This record gives sequence, structure tokens and C-alpha cells, in this order.
Amino acid sequence: MSTTLAPPPVVEGEKIEPPRPDTGGGGFPPAWPPDHDDDGHRRPDPGAEAVVRYKLGAWVGIAGIVMVFAAFTSAMVVRSGISGDWAPFDLPRILWLSTALLLASSYTIEKAKRLLSSGAEDGLRRWLAVTLVLGALFIVSQWIGWRALADKGVYLASNPSSSFFYLLTAAHAAHILGGVLALSYAVFRVWSPAVWVTRRATVEATAIYWHFMDGLWVYLLLLLTFWR
Amino acid sequence: MNEVAEYVEVHRHPEPKSFISRWIFSLDHKVIGIQYVMLAVVAVFIGMALSLLIRLRLVWPEQAVPLLGDLFPVGAPDGIMTPEFYLSMLTMHGTMMVFMVLTTAPQGGFGNYVLPIQIGANDMAFPRLNMLSFWTTFLSFCALMMAFFVEGGAPISGWTAYPPLSALDSAVIAGTGQDWWIISIALFCVASLLGALNFIVTTLELRAKGLTMMRLPLTVWTWFVTAILGLLAFGVLLAAGVLLLLDRNLGTSFFIPAGLVINDQLIDRSGGSPILWQHLFWFFGHPEVYIAILPGMGVTSHILATFARKPVFGYKVMVYAVAAIGGLGFVVWGHHMFMSGMSPYSAFVFSVLTMCIGVPSAIKTFNWIGTLWGGKIRFTSPMLYSVGFVSLFVTGGLSGIFLGQPTVDLFFHDTYFVVAHFHLIMGVAAIFGMFAGLTFWFPKMFGRFMNEGLSKVHFWLTFLGVYAIFGPMHYLGMLPHPRRYAEITGVDYLAAGGSAEIHYFITIAAMITITAQLIFLFNLVWSLFKGKVCSDDNPWEATTLEWAVPTPPPYDNFAGKIPTVYRGAYDFSLPKAKRDYAMQCNSDDMVYQQAAGD
Amino acid sequence: MVLIVALAIWLICILLVAPFVVKIRLTNFLLAVAIWLICVALTIPFVAKTWWMPDPITDHARLVDGQMALTFVVTGVVFILAHLALGYAVLKFGRDRSEPAEYTTGNDRWELLWTSAATVLFVGLVFMGYTAWAEARFAEAATQPGSPDREVVEVTGQQFVWNIRYPGPDGKFGPLDVNLIDDSLGNPLGVDRGNPDGKDDIVVPRMAVPVDKEIEVILRTKDVLHNFFVPELRLKLDTVPGIDGRLRFKPDKVGTYEIACSELCGLGHYKMRSYLDVMEQADYEQWLAEQASFLQ
Repeated sequence: MSTTLAPPPVVEGEKIEPPRPDTGGGGFPPAWPPDHDDDGHRRPDPGAEAVVRYKLGAWVGIAGIVMVFAAFTSAMVVRSGISGDWAPFDLPRILWLSTALLLASSYTIEKAKRLLSSGAEDGLRRWLAVTLVLGALFIVSQWIGWRALADKGVYLASNPSSSFFYLLTAAHAAHILGGVLALSYAVFRVWSPAVWVTRRATVEATAIYWHFMDGLWVYLLLLLTFWR
Repeated sequence: MNEVAEYVEVHRHPEPKSFISRWIFSLDHKVIGIQYVMLAVVAVFIGMALSLLIRLRLVWPEQAVPLLGDLFPVGAPDGIMTPEFYLSMLTMHGTMMVFMVLTTAPQGGFGNYVLPIQIGANDMAFPRLNMLSFWTTFLSFCALMMAFFVEGGAPISGWTAYPPLSALDSAVIAGTGQDWWIISIALFCVASLLGALNFIVTTLELRAKGLTMMRLPLTVWTWFVTAILGLLAFGVLLAAGVLLLLDRNLGTSFFIPAGLVINDQLIDRSGGSPILWQHLFWFFGHPEVYIAILPGMGVTSHILATFARKPVFGYKVMVYAVAAIGGLGFVVWGHHMFMSGMSPYSAFVFSVLTMCIGVPSAIKTFNWIGTLWGGKIRFTSPMLYSVGFVSLFVTGGLSGIFLGQPTVDLFFHDTYFVVAHFHLIMGVAAIFGMFAGLTFWFPKMFGRFMNEGLSKVHFWLTFLGVYAIFGPMHYLGMLPHPRRYAEITGVDYLAAGGSAEIHYFITIAAMITITAQLIFLFNLVWSLFKGKVCSDDNPWEATTLEWAVPTPPPYDNFAGKIPTVYRGAYDFSLPKAKRDYAMQCNSDDMVYQQAAGD
Repeated sequence: MVLIVALAIWLICILLVAPFVVKIRLTNFLLAVAIWLICVALTIPFVAKTWWMPDPITDHARLVDGQMALTFVVTGVVFILAHLALGYAVLKFGRDRSEPAEYTTGNDRWELLWTSAATVLFVGLVFMGYTAWAEARFAEAATQPGSPDREVVEVTGQQFVWNIRYPGPDGKFGPLDVNLIDDSLGNPLGVDRGNPDGKDDIVVPRMAVPVDKEIEVILRTKDVLHNFFVPELRLKLDTVPGIDGRLRFKPDKVGTYEIACSELCGLGHYKMRSYLDVMEQADYEQWLAEQASFLQ
């Protein structure tokens, strides 16, 4: 269960302060608490348990979400197979922009995660914030895509193919929205001195979820492109 | 605190001070567990009232029910229930019982309260998520209640909500009852998914030192497997519910086929599949049956061992059986659809798989009897309920052998035989599991015993009562009496077969049994305030960790000192031990050493 | 009668006195007796066939009954054994705690025994029922569709009546048009009377078939799910919109049998009934001719 954590790199000329969770007077806690106490004993990492717990939580949650989309997929396969009213339509071009945004956000959150234990506080915060913005932009881009389709007269009830398009993209967007909330929370955790113990767990779990959302989107895009 | 060999010290969380954060929006798994149980108690009495109305409508259709006319002026003008009101009652009874009672109390209620303590955890893995689960469930309950009072009344399509009936207002009564029903179910799915996530992570990650998976109490195993079932099943129902909601309100046709004509009106939809709904629904629906019954099995195993003073017979086999039931539960949904026109070949495969699920169920039954065999049985009320559970489980399970064969199902499908089957096994047996659990853990939860005398009276009336209600329903199925008929007269072969007499008998039995539940309610409330005080931390001389903590348990269960576990969950009557039970936190030294001195 | 009452009184006396004689605790005793009595009370009506299925009228139905009987025997034996054992355990092992309980954590041989027994019994049952199931559903290919010695009847469910359509003298069903559907004009199915095939189609609310002849039923529905079920045939199938269900049977007993809808179909579900009249060939032909004459 124990996760080995790299000791914080000591930047020359900078002294690492012990964590002061109770001081609310500004100033961020150090990137990582000193891994040795005053007597020189190695401290157990209080956040290690949370990391395992949060990450497992993310994986279990993913299993649940997979079932929802598996159900939608099987419904789509069955529905397109049973009757002859399936009419394909061209996906809006902007979806490719959405895809690029999401892929980029996967990169940025990974970047943030890598910085977690390195002590580069500014970088961590910056990359998380960038991911958050990219996630929000993704939703905006999806929204534009829906508008574009609607302008062409393709609505939810026009055809089963469009029904499934709106359904799948909207269900995915709802989950991205959840991810954006989780990211906001992660950003809050990184900022807030009071909860630094679980911040690593939060960021890592959010990263897992975010990568999954990325993968799920690629899957949906392929499904919508090729199953028409 | 009971004697503990060794413990691991962990960080203590401070107890919240304000009333709201302590009792309403509580993060404490124990409070949340009690909230779930309370919700289920409210729901079960509503559900039971509905079943009473159903029975009254069947045998005295012309009789006015007092107050009902004021509550439902449309469905029951002057208190006389209309046939559509009967169908609403039936739908809501099923939904209320299956979701708000059978899914919440065993898992969300008892699981929430007991599981963390039994595995030696301070709380669930994600307390905030836990709170969110409960309050989402509560919202879901409110949405379901809304369905009664909106225009058009509660839905009439049964708890299975088969489209096109559930999808088209023109096929029933125009109104939003069915929409509220779907919203309620969708919320419930979300809540259950969050709950399942929490249970799984908690069981995997937060076990005390030394508590390996094969040392877990069987209750924990069943809650764990139930959580896995919930995680994989509720998402599918959620998806199906979303599709149905879109079909009803936004003009899509996922489930509505082309060319339907209702009242000479052509329905303007294209090529959906009603069978698709059935597949999605039952892919959830069959695991749901095990979600309801598995925790009851766990509680029964636990209590039988405790009061027979014997280890559970074949512990490992019991664990494998639970896992097998859970796994097979996902591949048998087709047996609900034998008569839907599915391919006869797949029907046959589903049938074989269904019969396979009978095997672990039989194994569990025989192991329960094996646990009793050679024991020193103490008949406290939890034990009575557990033995009742075994009997009901056998009776209800064996009728499943009929329904699981498509050949025999040709006759029994959609008759009262099915009603008898699922009420006995997933309804009443699961409820007996809850009665057993409540009487068993009540002293730990509230520091007072439930009144033994009242519990025993309640047990006898209920045990005989439910057999009197559901036993004869098998005979109705032989006639064969179709389910969901608002009137029992009219069908010739039923009149000739004597169905009316059976119905009268069942209604009388139901009235008595339902009245007997007031004894239980009284006992519950009375015991909370006036019950015999439980001064002992381990009044039943049980072995698992919840009996090693003070009564009632403090805010974070172990006061920061998590005991180390040395042994399996059911070390009763160990030879040469100083007493006839060894708690999981007792080291061998503690169990055997003083024996010589005695 | 007197004998039965005397027996009952004797039994009750024994039951009341027994616990004091053999020093068994009252609860254990009562529970064991209750378990056994429930077991007996539930079993007797099945054995005595107090409430029973109507007599079968096809060979297939007899096959189903055979499988049913087999299932009753298997489950009955398990039911009685399990309850006997449960009652016995409750009765026998409920004494004082002066000595500890027998310590055992299980017995692999027993586990193996009942696991294999249950597997053989339960899974075996399905395979025993294979023939009857095949007879009901697989045998489609056994006879040529549309062979002259098969009578084809189309049954269409609608809220809350059954519409039975016969092809008429030409033996061909006419095409249906949903736009022609009009209940008030007596055309619930939308038969195109202008079409030569549809001109002579007979639509009636009650089903008649000749005895000793193979009947093929095409099942459809206009609106929601219904279920065509005639208990005497031991046949049942949902009518699903958009799908033609097919059932075949060969009745060998003249009589009137009831068709009651067996899938919840809405407000009037309980009223959705019709009849199946199995007639002698001559009566059937006369009936058909009569129905056809109404079309003129």
C-alpha cells in the first residue's frame, strides 16, 4: 500500500518550511512536507493512503461509467440494425477541434501530475489551470458543434442516427463537466493550505478520470464516424 | 472497549458540533446508515399500504376506502378504486419496494452502518460521497412520491415499465407520472452508483491490519459483491431511463416502433424496438434481484453462526457461492423474456445458465443447515428471523426452477405463480434478512435491545402470515391466474377453478400480516427510548469487530485505535478455548492461555 | 369426517404435550413444527391437484405437462428434504449450553455431494425439457409454410380486444394499410377491401379452428405489447409491435377455450379476453362460410 515518494529537491538558497496548515495568512505550504522529522526519523507519508484510495475510487467510478456507455452503444448497435430508417449525416467539422482540445488537455494534466512531487508549485498550478481552461473550451466547442448541426436541420428527433449523436455527445459532455468540477476542486486543493495532505490524491485521481474521458471521447468519435 | 490484543493508532477526526452537520448532512457512516434505514421504514409502510389497497380492490372492488377519495379524487372517486388506480398502486408498490426498500435498507442502511466497523475502518472511503448518495436517494424518493400527485396520477405500466405502454401517453392516461417515475429511477441509479463505488473502495482499501479477504465476515462479502453488482447494473438502467425519457418528451424513437395505431390514431414515430428496453431493463433487473437478496444471505449466515455457536459451515464455499451468484446474475437476464419472442436457442442458453445459478443457491441453503447441525441454538429474535429466511429462501427459490425453464414458463409466465415466486424470495426473504439484521444490530446502534417478546410475536405473525399470503398464490398460478388483472371476475376458467376463494383468503391473510407490522413499528420506536439498556459491548457474544467497540460506537468507531485482526470471522466453540467464541481481534494467546487456569 | 377430527385432536394433544415430555424448549419445538406444517400444507394441494391446470388439448401441451410433473417431483423432493432437515436441526440442536457446540468448519465431501447433486438435478431438468421446448418453438421448419393441411390464422392484439383474421376462400391474406384503420367503420386492422386478396378476408373477434388439424397463428399487435395465451394449449407468446410472432398447435379436443391477455397492456388489460372454439371440420367450414356471407 505504501507509495514511495521522492524527497523534495532542495532548491539552492531556499529553505523548506514545515507545513503550517493553520496559518491562513497567505503564503502557500511547501511542495511537500519534509520527509524527516526533527529527530531525523523518516516520516510516514500521510497522503500515501489517500493516493491509493482516490485512485482506486477513480478506477471503480470508470467501471460504472463504462457500463453506461456500453449500454448506449449496444442500444445504438441494436437500434441501427433492426429497422431501415437509419440515415447517416456528416459530423460537424468542429468536432476535430474538440478532439484536439481534449487531447491537449490530457497532455497538460499529465504535465501537472508529473510536477506534483517535484516541488514546482507554480508549474503545477499553471498546468492544472490550463487543463481546466481546455476542458471548458471543449464544452464550448461541442456546443458550437450542436448548434451547427441544428442549423442544418439535424435535431435530436430527426433520425435515430442524430438521436444517438446528441445523446452520446451530451452524455460525454456531462461527464466532462463532472471532470471540470473535479479539476476545479483539484486546483482548490493545490491552492488551499488546509488540505494539502490529499492534494496529491486529488490530482492523480482527477488525472486518471480525465485521461479516461479523453479515451472515451476518441471511442465515441470513432463509433459515430464508422457506425453510420 | 472489549479486550483487544493489539491495535494501530490512526488520526482521529473531530466530531462535528452542530445539529445539522451531525444528524442531517452527516458525514458519519453510522448516521447515514440510520438515515437509509429510516427512509426504508417510511417507504416500506407506504409500499405496504399500497399492497393493502391492491388486495382490497381485488376482492371488494365496490367498497369505498375511507379517506382515499380525498387523497386521490381522480383515481379513487369517493374512495372507490378505479381499475387504472389499481394499476397505479401496483406500479408504485413494486417500484417503492424494489428500489426504496429492498435496495436501500440492506445495502445503504445496514451495509453503511456495519461494514466499516466490521472491517476496522473509521468511516467509509469517501464520506462526502456517502452523504451525497443518501441525499440523492432521498431526492429520488421525493420524485417518486411526486408521481402520485401530478396530473394523470402515478404511472400504470408496472415496475418494469415496458414500452410502448410506458412511452406513449395516448396508450394510457396523459400526464407526467411516468416522467417523474423515470426521474426518480435515474436519480436512484446515480445514488446507487456512488454508493457502490464507496463500498468497493472501502472494502478493498480500509481493512484493518490482518483482515485478509478470506477472513472477512460473510456480511462484508455479500455487501461487497452487491456493490459490484450495483456498479455494473445501475449504469445500464440509467442509460435505459434516459432513452425512455427522451422517447416520451423529445420525440425520439428508441423504443417506439413505426406504425402504431392507438384509438385509430397513427403514432408518428419510426422503427424503435420495445424489446431493446426489455434487454436493457433486465440486464439491470436481474442483478437487482441479487442486490436485494445477497445482503440478507450474508446477515443470515452471520446470525446463524453466532446463535448456533458454530463456525459457518463451509466458509470458503459460501464465499465462492456468493461470487458465483453475483457473476452468473449478469448472464441470465433473458429468462425474464422467454415469452417475448426471443430466439428459442438463446432462450435455451439463458435457461441453462439460470439453472446453474440454482446450484450456488442450493449450496448456500445446505451450508446454512450444516451450520445449524450440531450447534447449540439460542432462539433470540434475530435467530428466528434468520431461520425464517432460510425457509422462505428455499420455498421461493424452488419455484424459480419452474420459471427458469422456458418449457414450464410457457404456462407460468405472467401468472400469480411468478408473483408468489419473487415475493417470497426477493421480497419477504430479503425483508426477513432486514428484520434479523435490525434486531441483531439494534443494541449496538442505539444501546438498547428491541423488545424480545414483541419481536417474537411479530415474527410468528409475519412468518405464518407471508406463507398464508404467497403460498396460495402458487395455486392461483396453477389455474392459471394472470397477473396485473384489476378484477378477479370475468375470466371463465378462474371462476370455475375457485380463484375467488383463494383471493379472499389471501386478502384476509394480508390484512392480518400488514397489521402485525404495526407491532414491529411500535417495537422499533418504543425500544429506541424505553428498550432494555444494553450495557455490554458484546451482548450476543459474537466474534466480529463491531462488537469490539463501545455501545453505541463513538464518532470514529475505534477512537483512533484500530484493532489488529488475528483470525477468521466465525471462530465459535474452538476446542480448548477458554470460552466458546474468539473475537477476530483476539490473539491466540488471549483465546487459549487462560483455559488452563479455568 | 369424525375420524379426521379425532385424528386432528389427537395430533394437537401430542403436539401440546410433547415439549414437556421430551424436554425440548417451546420455541424450538414450535418453530420445527411450524416449518414442517408449512411444508406439508404447501405440498398437499399440489399433490391432491386441488387447484390445477386445465386439461391439455394438444400433444405438445402433454409434453409440457410431463416436464411440469418432473419439475414438481424434483423440486418437491428438495423442498421437503430441506424443510425436514431445517426443522430437525431446529428441534434437535436447541438445548442448553452446558457443553460447547460441535466444532466443524465444513466438510468438503458433503459440499461436493450437494453441489453435484444440485447441478445434475437442475441442469438436467432443462435438458429433459428440451423436446417440449423444441416442439413449441423450434419445429417451425418441420412442415412447409403455407402447406395446404395447415390452417393459418392471424391474431392481432389491440387495446383491449383481439382481432382474428382469416384469409377467406382464396386462402390469401390481403395487404394491410394503417391509414385504412377505423374501428368505427368495422375495419380495425386496415384491410384493403379494394385489393382482390383482401376483399374476402374475414375479421372476427372470436377465434375458431378445426379439430385435429395443424393451426398456425401469426401474432401481431396494433399498439402495445399483449400476450396470446390459451392455458389448454400451454402456449404463450408476446405480441410485439413490428414483429410477427408465430405459434403452431394441433388441438385434438372439441370445445371452447379462453384467451386472456397475459402481458400488461393498459387500463383495460383485465378485460382483454376472447375465445378459441375448436370445432369439427364440418362445423368449422360452415362457420367460415357464415362469416364470409356477412361480407357480401
